[in-house]
Amino acid sequence: MTTSAITKLSCFAALIVALTPGLAAQEPWTKIPVPQLPAFHPQEPKRIALPNGMIIFLQEDHELPTIDGTARIRGGARSEPTAKVGLTGLYSEVWRTGGTKAETGDQLDDFLEIRAAKVETGANDDSTTISLSCLKDNFNDVFKIFSELLRSPEFREEKLDLAKREAFDTISRRNDDISQIAHREAIKLAYGANNPYARTPEYATISAVTRQDLVDWRRNYVHPNDIIVGIVGDFDSAQMESTLRKAFGDWQKGPAAKAPEIRFEPAKPGYYLIKKKDVNQSNVRLIGLGTTRNNPDYYPIEVFNEVFTGGFASRLVQSLRTAQGLAYSVGGGIGTRFDHPGIEQFALGTKSNTTVESIQGLYAQIDELKSKPITDAEITRAKDSILNAFVFNFDTPDKVLRERMAYEFYGYPPDFLERYRVGIEKVTTADVARIIPKYVHKDQLAVLVVGNPADFDKPLSSLGSVKDIDITIPPPPAQMGEAAAPTGKQP
Amino acid sequence: MSRILKAIPLVLVLAALCSAQDLSSFEKRVTVKKLPNGLTAVVCQRPDTAPVFSFFTNVDAGSVQDPMGKTGLAHMFEHMAFKGTDTIGTKNYAAEKVALQKVEDAYAAYIHERDKRVGRDDQKLKELQTAWQNAVKEAQQYVIPNQFGEIIERNGGEGMNAFTANDQTAYFYSFPVNRLELWAYLESARYSHPVFREFYKERNVVIEERRMRTDSNPIGRLLEQFVEEAFAAHPYHRPGIGYISDLNSFSATDAQHFFDTYYIPSNMVVAVVGDIDPAQTMAVIEKYFGAIPSRDKPDERTTTEPPQNSERRVILSEASQPVYLEGYHRPDYRDKDDAVYDALGDLLSEGRTSRLYRALVRDKKIASEAEGGTGYPGVKYPHIFYFFALPMPGHKPEEVGDAIHAEIDRLKKEDISDEELKMVKTRAKANLIRSLDSNEGLAQNLAVYQTLYGDWRELFRSVDRIDAVTKADIRRVASQVFVPTNRTVGVIENVPAASGGAQ
Repeated sequence: MTTSAITKLSCFAALIVALTPGLAAQEPWTKIPVPQLPAFHPQEPKRIALPNGMIIFLQEDHELPTIDGTARIRGGARSEPTAKVGLTGLYSEVWRTGGTKAETGDQLDDFLEIRAAKVETGANDDSTTISLSCLKDNFNDVFKIFSELLRSPEFREEKLDLAKREAFDTISRRNDDISQIAHREAIKLAYGANNPYARTPEYATISAVTRQDLVDWRRNYVHPNDIIVGIVGDFDSAQMESTLRKAFGDWQKGPAAKAPEIRFEPAKPGYYLIKKKDVNQSNVRLIGLGTTRNNPDYYPIEVFNEVFTGGFASRLVQSLRTAQGLAYSVGGGIGTRFDHPGIEQFALGTKSNTTVESIQGLYAQIDELKSKPITDAEITRAKDSILNAFVFNFDTPDKVLRERMAYEFYGYPPDFLERYRVGIEKVTTADVARIIPKYVHKDQLAVLVVGNPADFDKPLSSLGSVKDIDITIPPPPAQMGEAAAPTGKQP
Repeated sequence: MSRILKAIPLVLVLAALCSAQDLSSFEKRVTVKKLPNGLTAVVCQRPDTAPVFSFFTNVDAGSVQDPMGKTGLAHMFEHMAFKGTDTIGTKNYAAEKVALQKVEDAYAAYIHERDKRVGRDDQKLKELQTAWQNAVKEAQQYVIPNQFGEIIERNGGEGMNAFTANDQTAYFYSFPVNRLELWAYLESARYSHPVFREFYKERNVVIEERRMRTDSNPIGRLLEQFVEEAFAAHPYHRPGIGYISDLNSFSATDAQHFFDTYYIPSNMVVAVVGDIDPAQTMAVIEKYFGAIPSRDKPDERTTTEPPQNSERRVILSEASQPVYLEGYHRPDYRDKDDAVYDALGDLLSEGRTSRLYRALVRDKKIASEAEGGTGYPGVKYPHIFYFFALPMPGHKPEEVGDAIHAEIDRLKKEDISDEELKMVKTRAKANLIRSLDSNEGLAQNLAVYQTLYGDWRELFRSVDRIDAVTKADIRRVASQVFVPTNRTVGVIENVPAASGGAQ
């Protein structure tokens, strides 16, 4: 759980005091008084459900004369057809650059920039988004563009051509940096190479996308009952509500969005090597399948992650970075997501000639979870860290809004954050001991190494059988038009 | 449009505009005090926000102050500032102190033998290395590893981090407000009683950081070569992360010396922002930070970069895709035209109306990203205004270079439009307003402006300077500065994988 928000926090202040004692009395910093934290009741956004199913959250914040807003629409990259992977990326680019029926994207650029305002669009795995950001005096003008783009975008062909060229460029550069390679390939190992969360656009799949695909996507997915809108800033809620009702109230309901059936097929345990000659550091990742946040084990998992990989005091940082000096970057954990399993990952970057040593070092830490079980002191430390920093989950009105929107989107209870706090508080050493053998199996992890094997301390094969992963970028199809056929050599 | 921002660690000097009313409302909430030891505290209250605060400690010394032969030392000290004090992180400081001195003595003996040009005794070298490593082990028994960071984490510290730039070194995180005094204790102790424990292991961590950021990253390799070429004399030419030979040589004693010289109260500004009581906060800062001993300002003279009189180029042949970078020398941030450079950067790069996006990406379709900006690789000394572009597949770096030069010629020959000038000025105002909405961002801005100008109000006033920029200023500065003899070009050329790449 990275950012979050809140609902009922009346007992939050008492909690802080209850958690602090326990450090040895002679340590001078423990003698510094930690007074009770002032009671803090973060303001909740107002939730409005329009008759057509659109959900709106309004969060007033009058500190600065600005207004920011987002609409999140169900349906994203995981729903793309296999032959057109990258479609939503192109869609979300051309949605904005292609303009509205009335105005080209270039005209919108001129109009917005002279007001220091932004309206931008984006896409991710399960949704597309459109956002606005402006000084409040310009809100009416900027909101007009926002709602016109939401309701009548034009997807002009010339901007699709430009977006495709940019996508080709991104593909051509995707093997230039080892951390980017490792990140991408780790997802494929955790979920399966053809899993909708793991697929990557190729020259062929980008080439296959037409303007009609963008128009169809919009027709199939953009319905008010599949949209959640959130606005935060210096406005009057009643007035804003009437503005939004006027803009979206007449919009007819469409079919409810369906989440696709997705199978998760983690790679077989073993060693997976990607050779990269122009590096002197290996990116090493032990990879498996994580879980979801509605799993009752979520809270012990969060505490385990804090003990094992979270921050300076964690076991991985203490051992591999501080004690052994093997890595600058080290971390990971049992990953969780709202609606599908996260990725379990224990990762580091180390010089080529300590690659195998580092893998063994990671293994040793996993083994030590059995030989040196996690102690009460470690659990207390981890819970203190999570709970004392809990206020940072909802310390701005914007964070509270975003969290509420996420819970709404994924069908989580609106007081999920409060449940999280309670859930963490209840975690015991025994709970964590119980979930470790359930989720962390050294022998079931896939080990990914991106590096230069010529300089490894030992061959990777000294650990077990190695499968080479070929990341050569498939060349563009022959029939691809003159629209930016890439020519550069692909490493 | 932001890949470059990740690639080039710019120290952004925000240019912004705001009415006097806003400045005066801020003046009521900001308190500044210079303590008797020379340290400056800036406290900003944000009433009716969450019960949290952020701080930003800005040290007016960075990689530029690395001694010759000891590049990376400022950054190394930054890592040591997480290793604790004579109280935090030790089981027995009296014994540890003796053991750490033995480590230093053994290391000095080892390095002395290792670096003998004539008559090095390899057998003796091995023994000295073993003796040093044994001394390290001996000292380790007294260490409570990472206790300093652990105290911060378990008390709810959020976003704990630090960075070292050419011009500055900075430390920051956020806490719940009931930890204000604990924060003052921890943050001041780190500068009043630092202990350089676990130095040589941490040095290996830093070397891994170098491998990650520079050696194993093509753009990292390009940037290191580019600044070396662009600056012949000024320390900006050296990598802040350090050359590998220096990283394998400098000692904890060197880091201590660096600390003693530059981490003096008069070089430090501490800004605290949040829902805090200003008087109480200032009192706590005075109590803890006031105890840091004051010392004399060091001699901070550096060589002034002499005028460049011919174009310079670095070409890297890499297995990765092409990159184009060029830069022009400009004066430091106190120059009367500083705001003109900020306006130029905005005009060239900000949004889809920017000159470079429209010319190179939208119209010519030869680059996937293109931007220009100022402040590289620092601002305190004369530095670089850069242009950066990623050529689209099938297009060569020279082609995007030519297109950039065509845009530069336009800036010299034609006035920019009224609309463009208005965009620049309006964005400056909006950017300032947006920068005021977070404790973290505000603490950083207040500390940095207080350091650079001796007055945090310059954050607001810099806006008036942007507002005064004219079309003629843009043409004049472009004509003076963007000339071939003042140019350094850095290029990554793509070559087949087999022959390309650094080792």
